[in-house]
Amino acid sequence: MTALPDMPLHTEFDSIDALRTALRGGKASALELAQSALQAAQAASSLNAFLHIDPELTLAQARAADEQLAKGQGGSLTGIPIAHKDVFVTRGWRTTAASKMLADYVSPFDATVVDRLRQAGAVSLGKLNCDEFAMGSGNENSAFGPARNPWDPDAVPGGSSGGSAAAVAAGLVMAATGTDTGGSVRQPAALCGVSGIKPTYGTVSRFGMVAFGSSLDQAGPIARHARDLLELLDPMAGFDERDATSLQDCDGVPNAPGRVRRDFDEALRLQDDAGGKPLQGLRIGVPEEFFNESLSPHIAQAVEAALQTYESLGARRVRISLPCTRLSIPAYYVIAPAEASSNLSRYDGVRYGHRAQSYGDIADMTSRSRAEGFGPEVLRRILVGTYVLCHGYYDAYYLQAQRVRRMIADDFRRAFAEHCDVIMGPVTPTVAKRIGENREDPTADWLADIYTLGVSLAGLPAMSIPCGFGGAGKPLPIGLQLIGNYFGEGRLLAVADRFQQVTDWHQRKPEQQ
Amino acid sequence: MEWEIVIGLETHTQLSTESKIFSDSSTRFGAPPNTQANEIDMALPGSLPVLNRGAVERAIQFGLAVGARIAPRSVFARKNYFYPDLPKNYQISQFEIPVVQGGSLRFFVGDQEKTVNLTRAHLEEDAGKSLHENFTGPHGESSTGIDLNRAGTPLLEIVSEPEMRSAAEAVAYARTLHALVVWLGICDGNMQEGSFRCDANVSVRPKGQAQFGTRCEIKNLNSFRFLERAIQYEARRQIELIEDGGAVRQETRLYDADRDETRSMRSKEDSDDYRYFPDPDLPPLAVTADWIERVKAGMPELPAAKRQRFEAELGLSAYDAAQLTMDRAYADYFEQAAAQLPQGQAKLAANWVLGELSAALNRDEARIEQSPVQPAALAALISRIIDGTISNKIARDVFAAMWAGEHGGSADAIIEARGLKQISDSGAIEAMVDKVLADHPAIVEEYRAGKQKAFNSLVGQVMKAARGKANPQQVNDLLKARLDAQGLS
Repeated sequence: MTALPDMPLHTEFDSIDALRTALRGGKASALELAQSALQAAQAASSLNAFLHIDPELTLAQARAADEQLAKGQGGSLTGIPIAHKDVFVTRGWRTTAASKMLADYVSPFDATVVDRLRQAGAVSLGKLNCDEFAMGSGNENSAFGPARNPWDPDAVPGGSSGGSAAAVAAGLVMAATGTDTGGSVRQPAALCGVSGIKPTYGTVSRFGMVAFGSSLDQAGPIARHARDLLELLDPMAGFDERDATSLQDCDGVPNAPGRVRRDFDEALRLQDDAGGKPLQGLRIGVPEEFFNESLSPHIAQAVEAALQTYESLGARRVRISLPCTRLSIPAYYVIAPAEASSNLSRYDGVRYGHRAQSYGDIADMTSRSRAEGFGPEVLRRILVGTYVLCHGYYDAYYLQAQRVRRMIADDFRRAFAEHCDVIMGPVTPTVAKRIGENREDPTADWLADIYTLGVSLAGLPAMSIPCGFGGAGKPLPIGLQLIGNYFGEGRLLAVADRFQQVTDWHQRKPEQQ
Repeated sequence: MEWEIVIGLETHTQLSTESKIFSDSSTRFGAPPNTQANEIDMALPGSLPVLNRGAVERAIQFGLAVGARIAPRSVFARKNYFYPDLPKNYQISQFEIPVVQGGSLRFFVGDQEKTVNLTRAHLEEDAGKSLHENFTGPHGESSTGIDLNRAGTPLLEIVSEPEMRSAAEAVAYARTLHALVVWLGICDGNMQEGSFRCDANVSVRPKGQAQFGTRCEIKNLNSFRFLERAIQYEARRQIELIEDGGAVRQETRLYDADRDETRSMRSKEDSDDYRYFPDPDLPPLAVTADWIERVKAGMPELPAAKRQRFEAELGLSAYDAAQLTMDRAYADYFEQAAAQLPQGQAKLAANWVLGELSAALNRDEARIEQSPVQPAALAALISRIIDGTISNKIARDVFAAMWAGEHGGSADAIIEARGLKQISDSGAIEAMVDKVLADHPAIVEEYRAGKQKAFNSLVGQVMKAARGKANPQQVNDLLKARLDAQGLS
């Protein structure tokens, strides 16, 4: 028996494009890739990035990929190893949303995102850890234990898509799906030193995503760099008749696979034509509210350095103001829990999911099943959400939050209309915290969401890319946030790609643990 | 003290779409439990509602039929409450902004015309059903089952203003509303299966008082008789309560048909806080003027328009026109029959459809579509009355024979075979008149003494002699002429 490499085979390839070329050229086999990735995932179990692995299911997909490749068929992702956040429902693998409530739940259907990536040929390694029902920013709210940050196992990987970011950072998969309700793709990507994008609300179908805050939830990929994000986002996005909030067109362009790639290619071509100053004319809005006293100096420095890199590429920095930024925390923590309190009502122990062992009448069965099935953060948000929707409080909280939401969106609209093409700033005020650090004060995590919530409330596309390291202890990754105008995913990815062409933060890898 | 009863109705009409309001499961009634419930109806994780446009179009049709405003933008909200047969534990329902706003319904209560204004009509989904009876769990224990076949069935809840003042008015309103939704084809109207059910808000106040009394809501009345009885009982209960010095408590009540009484279900104090908020899974419903026009183009002539036309063009009374337009099949039948009669005789057709035909249908519990006497055959019969071949009275016998299918149901064949042709030969009638006058001198005397009743008696004798076949007008004229001539002699 030959010794297995420490890292899975796909880590020898810098990009999905390179791996795809190898697969198509017969220089790599999907089955071998999948086997090595499965072994690596199992070997890295201390990260607790995966919740459900089923080698049979994965290997069957890999064999099918090889058959297609052998016939010269297949899609843009055929044979590429990925994995899904455990809030996307899947046939085969369990879907638990990292909750005891759904500990044994298997969906009879696949989420649209899962289905589309499968159609493109991607091979799934299984389901990734996250905060319970995607509520949290450290992956500590998982009923199945926290996922760990590959850069420091005592640090959180961020959340809620913590398992996704950790798996990509550790090289266990080429890319992973995540969901972002208030920063759950961007923040873990930042804390794990990988790239992630949350597209414009409505461009990716929510069908088959376990709902948290329906008006905010949006799926997005996490990968090493912008080009790999494009490889996932382009086939993921598109109108879906099963989601009434999915958009049929984006500013007159059909919402369909190919849209993001065309915009990316077009933006890149214009950059290339500009020669030595590829980003000549690009106006980068830097919101003063994103550089307040709570921002750690390490992060401020790394972001400043990134902005200087952008200036060296020809971009111009513009000071802007998003005056309602500080209101995004209260607005978000009213709207998201309000929607969650209703979305999570279906988990009552009647049809599926956890049911209490002993109970009195039917109402008691529901109460006990919910009290036992949900973790403390989920219960907290259900209580908050129930409260703000109550008769007599609705106007003061929910309606008021919706008004603030419009004001926040107006801030961004004004900035893009009058001042800039893209907005940049930090993703988080600090680098990854230590596991358990905020356990006594649950709202401390909420305050740390200040830079990501506004974008979610406005429904804008935004991403995080690695831009440095910092922190008091072991150096931990820092992310740069890029915020685009509506439907600007392709252009945003091209702006990120230009940065990644001249920097190597995204190529840094954590030491093998 | 004289009391006034105030009633408003909320009517749940099940819309006649093939599939559910937010999923493509079938809405067919009576399938085995849970065979018509997909991931959306079962509220599985990740499922999302998608609005059925057919349900919206039916709501638009209703709105147009009652002259309501069709909201260009309406909003679906979530009504949150926990109940085991409500799979999401919230019901999707239009709350603040319904698709149909305002409108009114005109109808007759006896011979009094009444107009009731509508507040609104909104779209919502039905819940599933709990099965308590004869249901056993996996270990044979008695248990409660959930059937989600009905979950997600589209409903249009039609809310009236509190403008009805008696149980009879409420029933007339409900019947008219029922007739209208069936007419439009937006609801099958099957009350046994729950396709049309009413909640009645009932309050009482001293006559002349402007302020409303405290109301009680009686839930789920699924027959017109129950509706009537429940309101009567409830009004009486409230009046007695107040007269005995008590006060009405705002509450929801249930009607028990077996005991003919209403019982308290829950008071307002323990009513849920439904925590309504706009459903973030469903964008606001936009109804364009263009869409409304397309729906309008596909609609049948409305009862109100038909009623107007029957009055203006066919000369029917408002009452007859209203009666005939309660049911599309009746109206169609009437129109077909009237079309075959000479101008100005539609009134006769209306009398026959609402009289003899309607009575026969009721007796046999048959629907007008199944009538053994078709419109053309009825028109042929009526034509024989108009041309004097038979009297109205004989025509009833002929109709009965037609109903029974005699001689192929042909009026002419029956008249011929039974020798019912009216005697219009004045010679023959004169002979009969003379014989009657000769045979009944005493009655003739009474007539001469000024008793009008004696004249009618003589007419009767002549008709008897003619076995009913003499032309009544001719008998009258000839008898009068003879008596007057004798008087002069």
